[in-house]
Amino acid sequence: MSRFEIRWHGRGGQGIVTAADLTATAAIKSGFYAQSIPTFGTERRGSPVIAYNRIDRQQIFERSPVVEPDAVVVADPHLLVNPKPLGAGLKSGGYLIVNTAKSAGEVREIFKRSDIKIAVVNATKLSMDILKAPIVNTAMVGALIAATHILTLESVAEAVKDRFPSRLVEPNVQLIKQAYEFVKVE
Amino acid sequence: MGKVLPLGGNYAVAYAVKACKPEVITAYPISPQTTIVERLSEFVANGELDAEFLHVESEHSALSVAIGAAAAGARSYSATCSQGLALMNELLYIMAYVRLPMALTIVARALSAPINIWNDHSDFMSVNDSGWIMMMSSSNQEAYDEILLAYRIAEDPRVLLPVITAMDGYIQSHVVEPVEIVDDEEALSFAPKRRSWVTLNPDKPVTMGPVGDPNWYFEFKRQLWEAMKGSRAVFDEAVAEFAKKFGRSYSAIETYRLDDAEVAIVGMGSFMGTIKAYVDRARKDGIKVGALRVKLFRPFPAEDVAKALSNVKLVGVMDRALVPGSPTGGFLHSDVACSIKQAGLDVRTLGYIAGLGGRLLTMDNVRQMVDVLLKYKDSKEVPKEPIFIGVRE
Repeated sequence: MSRFEIRWHGRGGQGIVTAADLTATAAIKSGFYAQSIPTFGTERRGSPVIAYNRIDRQQIFERSPVVEPDAVVVADPHLLVNPKPLGAGLKSGGYLIVNTAKSAGEVREIFKRSDIKIAVVNATKLSMDILKAPIVNTAMVGALIAATHILTLESVAEAVKDRFPSRLVEPNVQLIKQAYEFVKVE
Repeated sequence: MGKVLPLGGNYAVAYAVKACKPEVITAYPISPQTTIVERLSEFVANGELDAEFLHVESEHSALSVAIGAAAAGARSYSATCSQGLALMNELLYIMAYVRLPMALTIVARALSAPINIWNDHSDFMSVNDSGWIMMMSSSNQEAYDEILLAYRIAEDPRVLLPVITAMDGYIQSHVVEPVEIVDDEEALSFAPKRRSWVTLNPDKPVTMGPVGDPNWYFEFKRQLWEAMKGSRAVFDEAVAEFAKKFGRSYSAIETYRLDDAEVAIVGMGSFMGTIKAYVDRARKDGIKVGALRVKLFRPFPAEDVAKALSNVKLVGVMDRALVPGSPTGGFLHSDVACSIKQAGLDVRTLGYIAGLGGRLLTMDNVRQMVDVLLKYKDSKEVPKEPIFIGVRE
């Protein structure tokens, strides 16, 4: 694998920074060099949040935000009302992974791009079923790795064990597996 | 060797401090430093680290207590930034001139006003005359390693000066990267507790920090000048030993593709990583550009900097802190220009002020900086005023 770069879009409280952190942790545990890059503002629950990952075989020198991601993950379906910042810079052949009840075809209509792969999963429903809360970050990590195959389920489960308090490990691993299974890529 | 963990810069530093086993940690939280002392408090609470952890009421007290602890012979640690460092200011000079060793981490952040919690180098640069040895890392691994270097150098009987290790707020402190951590025994064998300085002892009474009247004050200053100068050889020894022991090599400056460079960018901190990546890209287009990162800022490696830049036509120095009214606008540019002048070289410099208060710096900003160098590399006159990168005019 050459350099793989990810941009996460969500809203404060959904755990986007943690999702990027889990992804980097799983990558590092799998022997990659990886970064997770949060952006910090005056944090407010509900405001749009962005985070980034870089994953490579080589050491990564860059420190600036990802401009041309290989994958964009959209953790909040309401962000689709303004698709422009979500799709910005997404490489041709890249992945757009969205938490939505819509079909991949409907999402493609919104973005009007035929040169990308689109993956959809209803992560809000899955996390309400399993966690009883709309915290979709781990589900979106599951959807990301199912769509892109950049990391294994096992490595992500290991990262959850590493990062989460023990009572939250099992339900989140289950949620990741569900999202992994139910994601639809087109 | 040790194990590789995914760590943000703050946690990396906390692990390194734990491995060096300070006896006294003084803590006052401030973003983006807070999670260093937070993690250290967890290490103390869960028994992994046997230290006095003091929640003090201000940064002024944090350093006052550290001075007292070091005077009593303890290995001490604290971390701060921005307004917290400003509040520590008077104690910084006292610690240095009483010649007490410690490690203090600055997680570099802008200074008010306006209030701004984001990253630049204003706080770090504001204490550049305080008599502390000062270094700044560019990766979380290096931030970790600098703690080990700091204790080894600070407590060396030939030095006995406190050491500031700095990293970029958020850009390092909160970015997770792989960091190899070493066993505590290995860290301690590299940076052993030397108890090499004069301490307060009822059986052998000494006075610390008394009045230095005009008959004595000047000699203290003179002695610190010598100690600071002499610390460079100890730094060089320490990094050589570090490379032998842990396999990672550092030096006072890091040069990147400078050998045949016509133009070069000089700077400090983590953004030099992006600049290195840009250099690789520009080299593919045939642009002869190189980079130089200053790691050790005090004592300033003037001869190394001049030598490394001796064949370059034009140097652009990036400051991430503004010195209003100074000839160059930046401490780093002034020191680099002075180093070149002292070496008698005919190498011109110009300056950039960039990324203040967390203003985003990108690969495109590096391209702008290099474009300026290419424009002026063969001309007689170069801009004297700093070029402000990414600001709205």
